[in-house]
Amino acid sequence: MASETSTVVSLHGVDVPLVRRGAGPPVLVLHGGEGPLDGLPFTESLSSNFELLHPTHPGFDGTPIPEHFDNLQDLVFLYLDLIDSLDLHDAILMGFSMGGWLATEIAVMNTGRFSKLVLVDSVGIKPGGPFDRDVADVFASSAEELLKATWHDRSLAPDHAAMSDEAMQIVAANRVAHGLYTWEPYMHNPKLRYRLHRIDIPTLLVWGENDGIVSADYGAALRDLIPGASLSVIPEAGHHPHIEQPEQFAARFLEFANG
Amino acid sequence: MRAWFFTEDAYPYLPDEDSYESIRVNLPNKHFDPSTGADLYHMYLDMWCAADEMGLNIMNNEHHQTATCMVPAAPIMLGILARETKNARLLILGNPVANRSQPVRVAEEMALIDVLSKGRLECGFVRGVPYESAPANVFPYRGTEKLWEAHDLITKAWTTHDGPFNFEGRWFHARQVNIWPRPYQQPHPPVWVTMGSAGSAEQVAQRGHIGAVFLAGYPRIRDIFEGYRKGYTEAHGTEMPIDRLAYCAMICVGNTEQEGLDGAEKLLWYMSSNKVPPQYSNPPGYHPPAVAATMMRGDSSGTGLPTSTTLSEQMARGNVFAGTPDQVYDQIKKFYDYCGGFGNLMMMSQAGFMTFDETLASMKLFSEEVYPRLKELTASYDPGQMRETQASLPDVENVDISTLASEFVR
Repeated sequence: MASETSTVVSLHGVDVPLVRRGAGPPVLVLHGGEGPLDGLPFTESLSSNFELLHPTHPGFDGTPIPEHFDNLQDLVFLYLDLIDSLDLHDAILMGFSMGGWLATEIAVMNTGRFSKLVLVDSVGIKPGGPFDRDVADVFASSAEELLKATWHDRSLAPDHAAMSDEAMQIVAANRVAHGLYTWEPYMHNPKLRYRLHRIDIPTLLVWGENDGIVSADYGAALRDLIPGASLSVIPEAGHHPHIEQPEQFAARFLEFANG
Repeated sequence: MRAWFFTEDAYPYLPDEDSYESIRVNLPNKHFDPSTGADLYHMYLDMWCAADEMGLNIMNNEHHQTATCMVPAAPIMLGILARETKNARLLILGNPVANRSQPVRVAEEMALIDVLSKGRLECGFVRGVPYESAPANVFPYRGTEKLWEAHDLITKAWTTHDGPFNFEGRWFHARQVNIWPRPYQQPHPPVWVTMGSAGSAEQVAQRGHIGAVFLAGYPRIRDIFEGYRKGYTEAHGTEMPIDRLAYCAMICVGNTEQEGLDGAEKLLWYMSSNKVPPQYSNPPGYHPPAVAATMMRGDSSGTGLPTSTTLSEQMARGNVFAGTPDQVYDQIKKFYDYCGGFGNLMMMSQAGFMTFDETLASMKLFSEEVYPRLKELTASYDPGQMRETQASLPDVENVDISTLASEFVR
């Protein structure tokens, strides 16, 4: 296992836990609604070539939600501070699901510190009309519907019944933070699509072919709005291709990152 | 004691409960027959008017997208009652102000009802039950903060008479607020707020409003009411007047014990019909993570199945008072002494399939044979004596409080 350092970065009163793993060019990894990704097999394989920087969004993994936080914009500005604080240069910015939206918001502001952008089963825009269900309503779905929409192979889903009370409370608290950042407008910023032209670094979208939360068609719509972006669809994967097909995922990331 | 007749205005004619996932939020409204619904609205209005004639006060409320309550806009029903009734105080409990985007509109609606009824409005504010989150599309986190901010704006709108003000809060914004009409009662109608814990009770007490508790029963009532009394004395430097506390229970009075119990069985529809899956009963940010985690596991009401509940359990908890007039009085008195007293009894006296005639028979017995004794009870309320009485009664610990019951406690 690659070397790991856990620190807490203090940013104007907000403490952000940060795990750094591996050595090489930096990759800022922004997790989605399920919480931190550090320690998953795909991060292990990437960390032989890169230094992965895993911050935990406030509210996730047992951290408090800052009193003044209301929505994703608060995260965007927190991470602008974090990026300055870490003095990142030529980093790869990679976001998953809600973290993809966050990465996109950061990128439309300023790509100066980043060399490339990777978005994985990302949300953030609204391709359809008012009556179109572009992103599954995860807060109004049953556990069964969520399992079906999220996973190609549901045996990989976390088993809530087997979790400790403490772990389950973190899952419940993560859901609160997820709601805070994404409730309304649901999983998107109506303005974002008009700003995507500002992304002037190579961009790769990676998508699970069977994602029932946010479909590969949504990925294609997002790709078409980002100059020069490409979309790489991974078969036999749902909303978490990095978990369901870690080798495929790592291969596509490495090809793009090294290309 | 003031008694408040309450029915939640259910639409009980539903298909087999195995055929639907939830009675709330997503039950298709093809199951609502407008003609049947019209008859039910008139029946419920007639019940409230009968309450007025019997000398009872009136309480109503609202819920959304649910067969448990056909009234999605309580002020509309209250507007009708303001005109149709003569003497009853009219309590709305309450306006779900954490879920409504325009508090000023609420201030206007309430002022209209107060003027129309010539000062009979009692205005409640509630955070709302968790199933309201989806229909209102409101993220329930910090709901209590939203409630109090809306409260501050509404009371300011009611009490400002010399031209407009602007409001720029965290949750609500309003421009050139200058409501017409202004309330009939001065400085404004009595305010009620629901409370479910000692902490929330303290917030209500500080403002001196009436604190209302639903179905907390023996397991939790002492803690909540004690929180209120303590908070009141700390904030105001005097003993709390007994009219500041309110308790809601299901009540059925019969000529015989069996008649009262049979009616109470019908009232339990309120609980037994409440089939709600966890995605609606546990929206993110409503419950504390420890409770939410339990519900996500599928324990307790998180299964979406109606809670199996027996009348004897609910009576032991102090959620149902039922039997002959003497028995009902004794049950209320016992609970009253146990919790330290309250000046308002909200009576859920109709639910589910309970008929108009059955409901009125129970109300009549209550108003003629129970109510006068309850009025005497509160008239002789003495805080010091009550503390002694309370101290002589040990804590009741035999009844657990399920997640379901806790959902109603607010």
